[in-house]
This record gives sequence, structure tokens and C-alpha cells, in this order.
Amino acid sequence: MSRLSPARMSPRDVLRVGAAGLRSRPTRVFLSALGIAIGIATMVAVIGISSSSREELLRQLDRLGTNLLTVEPGRTLFGGDAKLPITSTEMVRRIAPVTSAAATGELDATVRRTDRVAKAITSGITVRAADGELLTTLEGRVRTGKWLNAATGRYPAVVLGSVSAQRLGISAVGGQVWIGDRWFTVVGVLDTLPLAPEIDRSALVGFDAAERYLGFDGHPTMIYERSSDSAVNDVLAVLPRTVSPENPDEVDVSRPSDALTAKAAASGAFTNLMLGLGAVALLVGGVGVANTMVISVLERRKEIGLRRSLGATRGQVRVQFLAESLLLSALGGVAGAVLGGLATVAYAVSRGWPAVVPPWAIGGAICATLLIGAVAGLYPAMRAARLSPTEALATA
Amino acid sequence: MNVVELVSVTKVYSGDVAALRGVDLEIGAGELVAIVGPSGSGKSTLLHMIGTLDLPTSGTVRIAGYDVGTLSDRELSALRSRHLGFVFQQFHLAAGVNALDNVADGLLYNGVHLRERRERAAAALERVGLGHRLGHRPDQLSGGEQQRVAVARAVVGDPPLLLADEPTGNLDSTAGASVLDVLHDLHASGTTVAVITHDRDVASWAPRQIRVKDGRIMAGATAGADA
Repeated sequence: MSRLSPARMSPRDVLRVGAAGLRSRPTRVFLSALGIAIGIATMVAVIGISSSSREELLRQLDRLGTNLLTVEPGRTLFGGDAKLPITSTEMVRRIAPVTSAAATGELDATVRRTDRVAKAITSGITVRAADGELLTTLEGRVRTGKWLNAATGRYPAVVLGSVSAQRLGISAVGGQVWIGDRWFTVVGVLDTLPLAPEIDRSALVGFDAAERYLGFDGHPTMIYERSSDSAVNDVLAVLPRTVSPENPDEVDVSRPSDALTAKAAASGAFTNLMLGLGAVALLVGGVGVANTMVISVLERRKEIGLRRSLGATRGQVRVQFLAESLLLSALGGVAGAVLGGLATVAYAVSRGWPAVVPPWAIGGAICATLLIGAVAGLYPAMRAARLSPTEALATA
Repeated sequence: MNVVELVSVTKVYSGDVAALRGVDLEIGAGELVAIVGPSGSGKSTLLHMIGTLDLPTSGTVRIAGYDVGTLSDRELSALRSRHLGFVFQQFHLAAGVNALDNVADGLLYNGVHLRERRERAAAALERVGLGHRLGHRPDQLSGGEQQRVAVARAVVGDPPLLLADEPTGNLDSTAGASVLDVLHDLHASGTTVAVITHDRDVASWAPRQIRVKDGRIMAGATAGADA
């Protein structure tokens, strides 16, 4: 007599049977898939939006370039404030790969709307003496009016950074502001400078005017320098010695674009909380799927009995309910991934960012849903498989 | 050869309820038998034993030559898929699925491709006189037609033994008669058919009747005996 061995079900048949189980209860399937979809949509959108913001930062970085270096006085050996030599800007300009360099010098004076405003109120604006080449070096633009030239740099004229102008309530040129103990005429307002936020918060006067009216000693407190991209590291190495041959240790050199790079790298960090919320939603969704499957098994005892009488093995019954659970959560996962993607695109477009949904996020979402489907379906499937055929058929 | 062979089979459920108390039974290939008895007589348990849906507490059940007690769950499943067909009182058709696919599911566990399953399902429906109802869903069919769909599902795999549990229990007499006609035709074409019923009229329709009472066979234990 031949040995009995059950026939294998093809994967297509397993899927068909699982899908048929779902098709007969569309409302319930929709509701329990919705839980998964919300969780996945949250996670995909959070990842998508933070990736889009990072992409925007990187593009900004590309636009701004990474070849800008700044030189600041550091500390002396004894902890006092160091000073950059008056000649340092000239020295920096002599470094061969340097294409442009400019200095600013921080002043003690404050800028106020009028002389009636108390001296202590600085509005967080610093008055700086600025080199004529500053705007070129920073690749900045004047929003209104003009940049300081040889003439205006000698007279009480001031150019405001974008934040300063806003804080002082000045949008047009021609007005006057009180700096130190005299009126200065506003000749220009600058656009935002992403690589030099300190300039955004400055009121800039010419070197000569600063010396004449505000007691500037001529020592720069910050030198900006641009060179060809390939030479940035070489310039970085020689800058301290060039600026201050006697005390190179008292010179701090930094690269402003590093801050943006760091910001881009860190932009994912604060999304962890949102990701956690998405994970909780996903968990709740998974419980919903498990619940649906348990009820489904209870309701379909007769169907299970019939299938056993048709020759389904325990394994085949188990696989049927597992497939159903997997399909159910995959349905939610796909819908959630699409929703999350759409949310990312909508948000990115509204902010003028490039929309980026990383493939690993989609892949992760699909893996997560499959895992949830498997875990949620395991117990109901085991129960279905354990049911004895006679018990299942005897259900009223 | 006997398709069904029971040797001193007993079945005791938990709580010391003895449903079968030493049953000996033989059903030969190609027979048409009615297993008849009042409710509580043990005839349903007898059906479970013959259908390999449950195992006896003691004794031997041999279906198509296989000793059921020695088979694993997988082997029992394979036995059911190849050698047995079931018809239930409540039809057990999948709602929202047309007659053709309901019948085709009868071959789902036989390793047959979907196209062939459907072809054979169409042929089986033709056999029970429902060739014109392939695309109808159960709710679009009368009770008698639904039961004939269930019969088609049971025989689509050409099992040597067809077990029908109160197949006419939910039907009026006309519809019931149409189902019995179909069963008779199947018997005529060589299938062994066992009908479990409490209805003496249905029982008397079968050439051989096995009377069950209080877990024992009162009459008809062997072929040709006091029918």
C-alpha cells in the first residue's frame, strides 16, 4: 500500500486562500489595516521629512561652498584675550591660493534706534568695523541700498545685517541710527548670510569711520578668507603662522560650513520622539490585527472544520491564517507607506524643500509590517490549527 | 475489498460518555448504505470514525485499507483529501464565492493546479445537474441546489467513499429527493456512498441499512445481512 503524504499547496494558492478570507470581511479588514497604516505613515513621514530637511541643508551647503575659513583671536598663554595683528588681513591675502580675504573688528559701541533708547539695550546687535572686501569674500548680497565704499567707509554711514535691520525696524535706506554717541546714516541692508550669522546681527561701519568716530584700534577680531576648494586644507594649515608668526597658538581658525554639515548630520536626532510615537501606533495596529485574527478564527470554526475534512493538514490551516494576517498587515503597510510618502512630498513642497523618502524607510516599513503580521497571526493561526475537525464542525 | 472496516470500535468522550460500545462494521466498495438511528444513538460519532475526523478510544478503523490509528495527522489529512468526500447537513459553502470556485476548493489540498481544479469543478457541477449555475453564489441558489454544489465539491476529487451527514436535513422533500437522486447516480457510477440519517424514509431508499442505537449496531453490520 502506498504511503500517504499530503500534497503541497502552491504559494499562489496560499495567497488566494488568504485573500479570500479577507475579501469576505471588507469593513473589518479596512479598520484593522488602518491601525497599521497610521503607524507606518507616521514613521515614513517622520523619516521622509527629516531626510528632506537634511537634503535641503546639503544643497544649501553645496550652494554656499565649503571653502570659507575664518580666523579669530584665541587666548594668550596666560588666559588673556589675544589680538590679531593689524597687518593680518594683508598677510592672509598674500597666501597664494587665497582669492579674497576681509576683516571685521568688533566695537564697544552699541547701535540704537535713537539716542533716547537706553545705552544698555543692544538688541543683540554688535557694531563692527568692516573691510570693503567683506561682501565679496562672503559672497553676500545687498538687499537694499549699497555696500560700503571708499567714500562711505570714511563717514558715519552704516550697513545693517538682515537681523539687525529687522530688530531696529529699518527696511529702507536713508534713515539714521544712533551708534556710540552720534547719528549714522543707513546706506544699505544686507541679505541673510547663512555662513556668517554673526554678520546678520551686526551693524557695519567702515574701518576708517570706526577709527575716527568709535575709537577702533585697528585690530581685526575676525578675518574671513576664501580660497580654491582644493587648497582649503593647505590654507588652513598655514593660516595661524601667517596671521601671527610669533604666536600662532593664539589664533583660532574655523570653517563655518562645518556647522551646517553638523546640523545636517544631527537633523535626524530630534525625530526620535516622533518615531517612537509611530512605533506605538504600529504596535496598537498590530494588536488590532491580532484581535481581528482571533475573532476571525472563532467565527470560522466551521470553515476550518470543512477544510480539515477536505484534507487540509494542521500546517495548511496554520499557513492559511498566517497568510491572512500577513496580507492584512501588508495591506496596511503599503497604504501607510503611500500616505507617509504623500505627507512628506506635501510638507517638503510647502517648505520649498526637495522631497526625499529614503528607500530604506520604505523597506523598513514593509519589513516591520510583515513582522507584525507574522507575530499577530501566530497565536490565532496556532489556535486554528489545533482545533480538532469534529469540534470545529460541531460548532452551531 | 472493503472500503470501510471497523473492528470492535469504542469511543468514550470525557465524562465517561460512551458514544460507541464495540462496533463492528464493513462497507464494501460500490455499496450504497444508510446509517440510521435516532439522535444520540452514536451515528454522528460513527461518521467521525469512518471519516477519520476523530480517532476511536479502542478498536481498529480501516479506511481504504489504511489502519487509521497508525497514521499521523498529516497522513490522515492526505487520506481524507484522496479517499473521502464529505457532505454536511449545513452545506458549508463559502458565502460570496461562486459555485465553480466553491467546488474547485474541494481539490485545493490535492496538489492540483487552479485551471485543472476549475475544469474538474465544472465537470462535477455538470454531474449534479448544475452545469448552468457555475457563476452563481450560494445566496443565489436554492437549498437543494446548494446541497448539490456541496455534493459536487465532495466528489470533485473522485473519492472512492462519499459520506453524507443528514444531507436532506435542511431541505424540503422535493429538494431532498433531488439530492438523493444525485447520490444515487454517484453510487451507480461506482462511488461508495454512506448516508447518515435519522429519517427512516431516507434510510429505506438505500439498499442496505445499518441501524444504530445506544452506540451499538442493531442490524446491517455486514453486507447482505438482515437489511
